[in-house]
Amino acid sequence: MKKIEAIIRKTKFDEVKEALHEAGIEFFSFWDVRGIGQTREGRVYRGVAYDTSTIERTILSIIVRDKNVEKTVLAIMTAARTGEIGDGKVFVSKIDESYRIRTGEFGDESLFIKGKEI
Amino acid sequence: MEDALTLTTLAESAAEMARSIDTIWVLVTAALVFFMQAGFALVEAGFTRSKNTVNILYKNLMDFSVGSIVFWILGFGLMFGSDIAGFIGSPNFFFKNGWEGGIPAEAFLIFQTVFAATAATIVSGAMAERTEFKSYLIFSLVISAVIYPVSGHWIWGGGWLSQLATPFHDFAGSTVVHMVGGVIALTGTLALGPRIGKYSGKKVNAIPGHNMVLGALGVFILWLGWFGFNPGSQLAASGAANSIAISHIFVTTNLAAAAGALAGVIVSWLKWGKPSLSLALNGALAGLVGITAGCAVVTATGALIIGLISGVVLVYSVTFFDNVLHIDDPVGAVSVHGVCGALGTIMVGLFSESTGLFYGHGTAQLLSQLIGVVAVAAWAGLTGFILFKILKATVGLRVPKRIEEEGLDIYEHGESAYN
Repeated sequence: MKKIEAIIRKTKFDEVKEALHEAGIEFFSFWDVRGIGQTREGRVYRGVAYDTSTIERTILSIIVRDKNVEKTVLAIMTAARTGEIGDGKVFVSKIDESYRIRTGEFGDESLFIKGKEI
Repeated sequence: MEDALTLTTLAESAAEMARSIDTIWVLVTAALVFFMQAGFALVEAGFTRSKNTVNILYKNLMDFSVGSIVFWILGFGLMFGSDIAGFIGSPNFFFKNGWEGGIPAEAFLIFQTVFAATAATIVSGAMAERTEFKSYLIFSLVISAVIYPVSGHWIWGGGWLSQLATPFHDFAGSTVVHMVGGVIALTGTLALGPRIGKYSGKKVNAIPGHNMVLGALGVFILWLGWFGFNPGSQLAASGAANSIAISHIFVTTNLAAAAGALAGVIVSWLKWGKPSLSLALNGALAGLVGITAGCAVVTATGALIIGLISGVVLVYSVTFFDNVLHIDDPVGAVSVHGVCGALGTIMVGLFSESTGLFYGHGTAQLLSQLIGVVAVAAWAGLTGFILFKILKATVGLRVPKRIEEEGLDIYEHGESAYN
């Protein structure tokens, strides 16, 4: 099992969501975050230039079985890319244990619905 | 219909009808000018930070309330009472002696009251986000009761500026109302100093206003209110001459505002590569302030040019006060009302169709305008300076550092605007 975390542009969220659905990934969490980075949004207020230096992005957090890691990462990389600075990053890390609260299933079994996916 | 119709009774009823029309006109425009308070409140709230919104709304409410009462008690008499040595009117406490003119005395009183309150409210924007509330109440009272009425008397109350060989001309108050407010605002910001974090060494930091929607709506409301401010100052609407005059003033007022906004857009676009909304909004106000003195005596083209010049000067004035002089005026009140008020008044000497230099009437009017602007600026500047010095030494002018940082809403008033 792996955790895939992706920081993406807010505007790319819908495209990434659809790409993940097409890749068969139907469960994930996301939230909006603010951060600091290399993207600059130069602003001028009443003739004084300033920089908000606050960048708004969306983070996705997806736990997948090992066999799904590659296509998940690929779906995000393709759908979230514009080629400009500020497209974001994807992190993959190990997950030790996982349980489904309703049934008590654990490990890989807790990550998919039997009969619907193999 | 027992009395027979005669020429005399017909003439009398026509005169009465005209008086009624004039009265309604003055009262309706007074209501429009009152609504400018809402415009000022919104502009000032929008151009400042959300932690000070209650405070700024409060100040706008209070300067009108305090101003209305003290202008009735004392200010009106000092402004319109019988002239003493050209300098001041004799007091007319509580409006006991009334007033004589073409409209009922109280219609004139209420019209002048909303004007006085406009002058007072200009100051709150420039001194926003750091002024002690108690101090604000006191100086607002002094402005409406004494400072504004005295210079107003010189121009509108029969004082020395109206007795010049070529009388000083300020139709609706570029100088009487706006420049007085703007100059007092300047002395106030000088006495206060800039907001914390506005200037670090030579560097100028932007402190963006928290809501441009409020700011834009406020400017639209002010623009609307100006259709009372300028055409209302005709103080009459009946008959051919008056109806032509107020219609013309509507057009000149509107053209100047439009030109001012446009100038603000163009200059800020050329200067910084992007059209700045907040400066375009200020530009519209600059055009309105600029045309106020001459709205009745300039042509439509003249009004357009006055508006354009005011809008261009405004942008450079805002930048100059901010970048060079480091005078922190969050809403641009000093530039809009002080600088463009003076400029608009002086331009009457150039663009007036009946007396202006550009229409071949020589420099007499221009000279009178200059004398008036300098005299009134000196009066407002000096009294403002003394007033703020006294307040600084007694009740204190500025809130403590911690209160300023955390916001005046919570620490001065115990409530916040957004919950």
